Amino acid sequence: MMEVNPFIILFASIFTSNMILANFLGMCSFIAVSKEIKTSLGLGQAVTFVVTGTTVINYLIYHHLLVPFGLEYLRFIVFIITIAAFVQLVEMVIERYLPNLYYSLGIFLPLITVNCAILGVSLFMVIRDYSFIQSIAFGIGSGLGWTLAILALSGIRQKLQKAPIPKGLQGPGITLIITGLMALAFIGFSGIVSIQ
Amino acid sequence: MYTILITVAIITGITTSLAILLTLADAYIADYGEKKIIINQEKEFIIDGGSSLLSSLVSQNIFIPSACGGKGSCGYCKCKINSGGGPVLVTELSYLTKDDLKNDIRLSCQVKVKNDIAIEIPNELFNVKRYEATVETLEDLTNKIKLIRLKITSNDPSTIEFKAGQYIQLTAPPYGNNSEEVYRAYSIASATKDIHYINLLIGYVERGIVTTYVHKHLSQGNSLTFTGPYGDFYLQNTDSEIILVAVGTGMAPILSILYELLEERSPRKTTFFFGARTKSDLFMLEEMEMFEKELPNFKFVPTLSRPTEEDNWQGNIGRVTNAIENLIDKGDSTREAYLCGGTSMINSTVEVLLEKGMQEHLIYYDKFD
Repeated sequence: MMEVNPFIILFASIFTSNMILANFLGMCSFIAVSKEIKTSLGLGQAVTFVVTGTTVINYLIYHHLLVPFGLEYLRFIVFIITIAAFVQLVEMVIERYLPNLYYSLGIFLPLITVNCAILGVSLFMVIRDYSFIQSIAFGIGSGLGWTLAILALSGIRQKLQKAPIPKGLQGPGITLIITGLMALAFIGFSGIVSIQ
Repeated sequence: MYTILITVAIITGITTSLAILLTLADAYIADYGEKKIIINQEKEFIIDGGSSLLSSLVSQNIFIPSACGGKGSCGYCKCKINSGGGPVLVTELSYLTKDDLKNDIRLSCQVKVKNDIAIEIPNELFNVKRYEATVETLEDLTNKIKLIRLKITSNDPSTIEFKAGQYIQLTAPPYGNNSEEVYRAYSIASATKDIHYINLLIGYVERGIVTTYVHKHLSQGNSLTFTGPYGDFYLQNTDSEIILVAVGTGMAPILSILYELLEERSPRKTTFFFGARTKSDLFMLEEMEMFEKELPNFKFVPTLSRPTEEDNWQGNIGRVTNAIENLIDKGDSTREAYLCGGTSMINSTVEVLLEKGMQEHLIYYDKFD
């Protein structure tokens, strides 16, 4: 694993190992916030930023604190705490110094705390034994992949607003079916590169 | 033993450093310092920045009407922000109309005070206070409408000053399946000189949270809180002829207006059109007789939309608009009308009154759904 080029990891985590479409992680906000392209894009940007930031922090904590003391089994609780704190800090900083970005993200920023894709990236990073540079590439790629997926879904859902959907399938029902179809379509990329 | 200690130490260390980091961030990054709120270009308040405009105003004893208590789910706490409010938030959008957006109207519970902020609120709101009260009497007027009389028990303020026609917001405490405080607006039905009490007419609405509370759970002696008075629907001080129109509990503000006219011994020509379904839905008839006797120029016109056989009804039949069609003559553009009732009643009545040659700005109304 160690010798995989970071650029391949970046590319693969966007297309072949997409967090949503290959691993089905981060579904809650993916389904809840995908009604409009604009808000989806905002959330996608925030997720990309947070996932990259937390991957870096978690890498440093894991390899320089947990591994030396042989406490790898503590990674779940430690990762969750750092993610929550990071999101909180990011929210405060953005609210204070980048009010425009804060206003465009709105409520979606704090929601990222409980996005499982973010914890997923930190855990995969450990399982796949990535180096520091590889982890950064993996973080950025996963964030971009998540953004790509939610943008595609919101585009489809905007079109669907005019479609006659059976009552029982409206809302989350049809969204899950669409997600499944999108995942099938993304299998088409799978021959290009593989990281898992 | 060593492992346990090191585990605890590491987790504590990480958590503590993050907590310290966040506390420092909260103290330095999220510290907006003292900010100024300028209201209507005259009043100025200094408050600690960072919290919502609504709660900052409450801390200065200014109560903007709010039904949800600042959760951004009712859309009542609108106010005009001239500067310092920042861009409109996603959470506000669903409550703001196009006109609101054009006129810088915002939801005060969502706007955080991060800069000096200049707002405009109706002057009446300075008069709004929070009252504690107990239920003095509770009386069934019809099988759906209760008259509830509240005695103000708070010391400051111990009296209420309002204009005839204004409303208050009544709070229902958590009860049954309903776990939060809920506020609803009710017009004051008592006289303005009755400063230690207020009367409310509360109709029973199926699954209505506050109405169910009042009808099923409230009894004499219980305590309640309310804020008020609110509203720009009140009797204007002129000499013009008055047309009053109400259905159901819409009689409340009209009663207050009639008491006001009685207090002034007003010679103004006044006609009160009141709509109900059957005779059993009529109420306050003795009160109306009293007004007809005491006021030199007052007429009460009840009209029933569906009188039953037993009612043996001799009066007007149909909707209030039919009665207005028949009894009001065209002309005299100085007349004032005060309407209180549901949206469809108000809309159709306004139409009829305009046909009768009334001026739109002299038709005042209080809509409820």
